[in-house]
Amino acid sequence: MATKVHMEALSPTMEEGQLVSWLKGEGDDVAEGDILAEIETDKATMELVARGAGVLRAVLLAEGETAEVGAVIGVIAAADEDISAIVDGAGAPGAGAAADAPAAEPGEQQASAVAPKDPGPTDAGAEASGVEETAVAPAGSGDGRLRASPLARRLAEERGLDLASISGSGPGGRIVKRDVEGAVAAPAGAPVVVGAGARAETESVKVSQMRKAIAKRLVQSIGPIPTFYLTIEADVGRLLEARKRINARLESRGEKVSLNDLILKATAVALRRHPEVNASWQGDTIVRYGRVHVGVAVAVQDGLITPVIRDADVKGVADIGREVREMAGRAREKKLAPDEYQGATFSVSNLGMFGIQEFTAIINPPESGILAIGAVEEKPAVVDGEVVVRPRMRVTMSCDHRVVDGAMGARFLATLRDFLEDPVMMAL
Amino acid sequence: MAVITYRDALNQALAEELERDPDVFLMGEEVGQYDGAYKVSRGLLERFGERRVVDTPITELGFAGLGVGAAMAGLRPVIEFMTWNFAILANDQIINSAAKVHYMTAGQFSCPIVFRGPTGAALQLSAQHSQALEASYAHFPGLKVVVPGTPADAKGLLKAAIRDDDPVLVLEGEVLYAMKGEVPEDPDFVIPLGVAEVKRAGADVSILTHGKMVNLALQAAERLAKDDVDAEVVDLRSLRPLDLDRVVDSVRKTNRAVYLEEGWGYSGIGAEVVAQVQENAFDWLDAPVLRVHQTDAPMPYSKELEKLAKPSVERTIEACNRVLYR
Repeated sequence: MATKVHMEALSPTMEEGQLVSWLKGEGDDVAEGDILAEIETDKATMELVARGAGVLRAVLLAEGETAEVGAVIGVIAAADEDISAIVDGAGAPGAGAAADAPAAEPGEQQASAVAPKDPGPTDAGAEASGVEETAVAPAGSGDGRLRASPLARRLAEERGLDLASISGSGPGGRIVKRDVEGAVAAPAGAPVVVGAGARAETESVKVSQMRKAIAKRLVQSIGPIPTFYLTIEADVGRLLEARKRINARLESRGEKVSLNDLILKATAVALRRHPEVNASWQGDTIVRYGRVHVGVAVAVQDGLITPVIRDADVKGVADIGREVREMAGRAREKKLAPDEYQGATFSVSNLGMFGIQEFTAIINPPESGILAIGAVEEKPAVVDGEVVVRPRMRVTMSCDHRVVDGAMGARFLATLRDFLEDPVMMAL
Repeated sequence: MAVITYRDALNQALAEELERDPDVFLMGEEVGQYDGAYKVSRGLLERFGERRVVDTPITELGFAGLGVGAAMAGLRPVIEFMTWNFAILANDQIINSAAKVHYMTAGQFSCPIVFRGPTGAALQLSAQHSQALEASYAHFPGLKVVVPGTPADAKGLLKAAIRDDDPVLVLEGEVLYAMKGEVPEDPDFVIPLGVAEVKRAGADVSILTHGKMVNLALQAAERLAKDDVDAEVVDLRSLRPLDLDRVVDSVRKTNRAVYLEEGWGYSGIGAEVVAQVQENAFDWLDAPVLRVHQTDAPMPYSKELEKLAKPSVERTIEACNRVLYR
């Protein structure tokens, strides 16, 4: 039976995709799971995987063209199969995945593509096999249901992955364990998380009526996110020394850490100490995340993307640095997978390298805060009653007032300043 | 360790228990003079005499009832059925009496009786003599049901059954009687009831099975290994009580499972196990659990049809491949 190749939703927010290149041509043999084409989504260039086996009989979308999600962009079929009906009706999303699904009532037993059941007289063996599948998910994803095995759902939740961003390789596109593991394994050479046992559980705190009223009033006051700003200035002399010492040790490995890597680590540890800030407004609840995933704003050619350093609080500075550089590099090439730029619990934006002394950053919902890091400047400072020149850095936190109050944000920043001014305090 | 047949392992178990406990006695058709229809009781009459090894007429309901009464009176009878297909005639005693005594007398009476004999199909014995009946007996609370798949398990489980204070059914495999294997000689070697065994460790898919099918599952696992599929074979050994922990552990490890059984699928042991697996390991499942079992029809007499009706290595491999989405 012919398999239609659809423009798939390769990112959760994708509505249409541009065909970068076909990796198979008309007439090529295709096995299920082969990579057919590269598609540029709104965020990255993703691979489109074959859902059926046979010969790629028709290519219905040229390279460089765009198509809506669901549109038929190709046909895989047997070499001699008549596909004219499909080709004629192709293109519109309406003729897409939904129409492809064999009339599937939920729970209805249907012949599986893996083991077709043909009750013909010559097939007595298969008929008599007594092999029964207790539940076969109907093929196709046209009904909008996300098909995933129970295990895949649990693994995705544990790893903070959005199932919608993962392509399924099971029957009917069912997402199975290997797909989730593949999505996790995507960042090559990602460092192993250590000390994960100390993590707290994610918890939802019910929002009190007073909190609700405050939230409502604040939203009326300023935009959808009632943002306010808090600024500190830290003496980063010791932090710069620490970086020098770390880099001296890393020299033999040919590695380096940046000031930003140290700031990321300090931010992550401070968030671990202040779970009320590592949180998100959800209307009726405030979710306090059990894990600390820090988004790092990276400028790319046509915008901004925030690769996520997962569990940054338990990762070493060198690991954080390596991960940031690796992901930033791929972000510029538009090669980040959705799970690599989604799911941050807090973000950091640094314009210090451009000489910006101080700025305010825009919160990336549903996070409740973002730090804007300014440049390190030599400034006169009073130390032990004397005016001396010290390297100073200004950090401005944008806070979602529905979650973070002034005093709460101030306490978080005080902890952060402790770490920036005396990095050894992070070890406490 | 000595390598002996399944038949001799059962014989050893009976002899050792007859020796150890004077209250144990064996009773059934042809168990004495003829040494047992399948020679399981060979030499026992000679060794223990006719008060301990009792030949009966062809009266399944009668001698099963006699056994239940003897057990209530404090003896420990072992009742041999020439095949479990004939035990259907004695079901009133097994199900209505033995299973219920302890409960209906509020614990005043126990019924330490063992019913044993071959189950399932051999070769061309047709519909009435080829039934794997373990699922039907496992249905009843009050009965314990074990199904040894190897000579060592046959000995260890039969000895445990004889020592148990409740009625225990031991369903043996007629085609297994000549199977050889290592069997411990320790007279106190018993396998506790309700403990499954991983017969082959693996990582990719769990083949859950019992009795005669254990061997089939191991063959399937060997063949799958050639295709780089690492199958785990879990032998339940005891159907009631069921070692759910071992089953769930295996499924949580491999995330995929197939239940292989000789009997019919409908209301079979696999149906029960699959239900338990989905209840206890739902979040660990990566694919629906499949079952491989006998065709839903009385066993045909024709050799070729009989072969098609029975579960096979090929069908087991096919089911494993399907749950692996291969």
